[in-house]
Amino acid sequence: MFTSNTPENEKEMLSKIGVSSIKELFKSIPENLLYPSFNLPAALTEDALHKHLHALAEKNKSYLNFIGAGCEEHFIPAAVNALSLRGEFLTAYTPYQAEASQGTLQTIYEFQSSICALFNMDVCSASHYDGATALAEACLAAQRVSNKKKILFSAGLHPHYKEVLHTYLKNVPEIVLQEVPLKDGLTDQNALQTALAEDVACVAVAGPNFLGQLEPMQALCDATHQAGALFVAVVNPLSLGVLQTPGEYGADFAVAEGQSLGNAMHFGGPGLGIFTCKQAYVRQVPGRIVGIAKDKDGNRSFVLTLQAREQHIRRERAASNICSNEALCALNAVIYLTLLGPEGIKEVASLNLSRAHEFKEMLVKNGHKIKFAGPFYNEFVVEVNTSAQEVIEKLETQGIAAGYDLGQVCENLKNCLLVCVTETKSVEDLQKYAQALRGF
Amino acid sequence: MQDIMKKNALSIEKSVSGRRGVRFEQSAKLPQDILPQECLRKTAPKLPEMSELDTVRHFTNLSRQNYCLDSHFYPLGSCTMKYNPKAYDVLSGLDGFASAHPFAPQAGVQGTLELLYNLQELLKEVTGLSAFTLQPAAGAHGELTGILTAKAYFKAHGEHQRAEVIVPDTAHGTNPATSNMAGYKVVNIKSAADGCVDKEALQKVLSDKTAVVMLTVPNTVGLFEKDICEIAKMVHAAGALLYMDGANFNALMGVAKPASFGIDMMHLNLHKSFAAPHGGGGPGSGPVGVAAHLAEFLPKPTVAKVGEKFVLQETMPNSLGKIKAFYGNIAVCIRAYCFLRQYDEKTLRQVAEQAVLNANYVRVLLKDYFPAFFDAPCMHECVLSLQKEKMNGIRTADIAKRLLDYGFYAPTIYFPLIVPEAIMIEPTETENKEMLDLFVKAMKAIFEEIISEPQTVHDAPLHQLVKRIDEVSAAREPNLRW
Repeated sequence: MFTSNTPENEKEMLSKIGVSSIKELFKSIPENLLYPSFNLPAALTEDALHKHLHALAEKNKSYLNFIGAGCEEHFIPAAVNALSLRGEFLTAYTPYQAEASQGTLQTIYEFQSSICALFNMDVCSASHYDGATALAEACLAAQRVSNKKKILFSAGLHPHYKEVLHTYLKNVPEIVLQEVPLKDGLTDQNALQTALAEDVACVAVAGPNFLGQLEPMQALCDATHQAGALFVAVVNPLSLGVLQTPGEYGADFAVAEGQSLGNAMHFGGPGLGIFTCKQAYVRQVPGRIVGIAKDKDGNRSFVLTLQAREQHIRRERAASNICSNEALCALNAVIYLTLLGPEGIKEVASLNLSRAHEFKEMLVKNGHKIKFAGPFYNEFVVEVNTSAQEVIEKLETQGIAAGYDLGQVCENLKNCLLVCVTETKSVEDLQKYAQALRGF
Repeated sequence: MQDIMKKNALSIEKSVSGRRGVRFEQSAKLPQDILPQECLRKTAPKLPEMSELDTVRHFTNLSRQNYCLDSHFYPLGSCTMKYNPKAYDVLSGLDGFASAHPFAPQAGVQGTLELLYNLQELLKEVTGLSAFTLQPAAGAHGELTGILTAKAYFKAHGEHQRAEVIVPDTAHGTNPATSNMAGYKVVNIKSAADGCVDKEALQKVLSDKTAVVMLTVPNTVGLFEKDICEIAKMVHAAGALLYMDGANFNALMGVAKPASFGIDMMHLNLHKSFAAPHGGGGPGSGPVGVAAHLAEFLPKPTVAKVGEKFVLQETMPNSLGKIKAFYGNIAVCIRAYCFLRQYDEKTLRQVAEQAVLNANYVRVLLKDYFPAFFDAPCMHECVLSLQKEKMNGIRTADIAKRLLDYGFYAPTIYFPLIVPEAIMIEPTETENKEMLDLFVKAMKAIFEEIISEPQTVHDAPLHQLVKRIDEVSAAREPNLRW
């Protein structure tokens, strides 16, 4: 389809190579394995492909969306995609040849810098796959640093993050994973205190947690440090426009799903794994990092650096096996943050906070019960008088995606709906949803 | 002039207090009126303050400091930098796909699910394998998924003693790194003189402790693993599984099905073989395909068809678990689906055929200048080496930098590790003879320069925005942020 050697080209090339047919070039493959049959549908022209893909995309429904749960709908300024979809960024590879890749390298340096500024952390990697895998890598790094075996994690982590944590860590023989339960929607501090025995490498807590609640990150972090363990924070990066930052409460590692920074939801992927840590742990960071270097003339330039951590140098002793990351999503994030600046990020985070609370007030007025009383950011739990699943199904027919059914993760919460309100929702949207929710 | 328009000024250095690129509505209430003070951040983040125009110019000008596939021949071996059709960018970004929430009611995401299901089916057909997961976010992530699939398989069979993964010395660094992450001991084996697996060496280390043998096919010196079927039998006789690293699948696409080699599992790189762009480092996508006996151990969920409906199949009791949040890098999967829908049985073979033709053409034309390390027809890429006695002290890195001056991105260098001063060239099927002739001309010109004016090559690049970068200077006192 996209090959362009003509039959004349082919003939000349074969004659230079000294073979009479292309098939001869495949002589090393056993004859009986060559040219099997392929049962493929008819090939589509570009025109037909467009029609086919449009038809598929139209089979997806457009909802007035109130689902968050780790993937949020946010406004993406047009300049973000207009810039990141430029072929110069889109069709370049990992910047191995630094002198011909300064554009990509500088954007990664600016991404690392912007995230460090937003998180108040010292070091940020070039990106990881997603929030969940970044968390798993942070726990592995914390384990290597502390050389202790137990990893505690709050039950308030996203259920997918917990599963990924298990997948990654259960295979490392020296690691023991232990969940710290919730109490009233927050990490149970007494239970944490009890679990913080001497052999704890780190404690991983999400703030806001999966139920939308703001955990007392300062207190949890302090308690962790007092026990000699490291604190791994999972945060919502956009929320840091207003919320206390991991650097401020002293987190050792802070990871996040960065999709909310200028990346579309895309059915959950690609996401943007953000990995940050304190300076002391820079040599435990998985994957690429860009740093400033000097060229022969002493001019500032950018390169991939500290590569001795990585798989292509250290092989089985590498900090991680990661090679490809999510550079383009990181580019979207840094363009987004550059467009917003310090005021814009505060503005959009404030708007999320304020709209979500406006909506909560509407629901309270309508007689709904809000499950947890603690402070929240843009997501909270509504208790309805039937199963959340039923509400979701009924509202789906009205074009509203009502939220996430918490019954999926906890039988006790089957009447609970996790609702996310972002800046994309107008007051009229909130009223429409509140109205539809009356009677439940 | 240069001082006025400083070429690599950082955004933060262009920042002017009070400038804005985008505005949002004012919120009805201020954060301090909603949340307790201790929940709030204390100081504003140090982010650049720029107008939209400033931002657009900043990033547009940065983009122009990149070589990329759209502007340059990019023969980066093992990375399969083939053309990324523009239609796929548009189609993967259609609002119906881009706005789909991963937890949306499944009735509302039938389009995405149908596409993913059909992509699984197409990948099964082109590889001959029985089941696929689309979850892994990259090739290395696919490797981890594959090795953990094997681990779950052996656990289910009570074979806990299998604690080793065998990896040849030609493997990508991700193979041993992956095995280590999965909790396996890595056993390295040397390659034979012809660049393929040394069967005797393999037989020596195969035992009831072996869980998996990881092979790249074609291997990283660009040769088809000629004894692959026999190797598969040896591996199976030892009760172990054979994993195929599919980084080089482009050499086989439409010409052979890996399942017929006797492999148990493999990953594909959708961002290499299936025309999705690499985005300067990712996102990629590394689906894993397995033979029937391993299907139940794949990550959950997979996409299934029940009647006329497409569903996420979460009930998989023997699954290894989840390997990432949600279901995969869907935007990349959509591009790969588009790619496969533009080929049929007759035309798919053009991918491997033209890729192999192009690589051999370059290999043969450069034979007297930079000879192939193994003097044999190659597959989709050729690995060249230097005639040391003629090089006047010039090394592969110098040649790579000089190529940039000639307007070509550099091949992969110093890999595989068993080839001294390796130059690994992968033209891909989307290049044509005219471009390859230009590239060969440049390589020959550099060869002449090495003889007549080696200093020029030694000092390269001379015509880039920056001169040769001293990589060590970055690691000495790392400056990783403003």
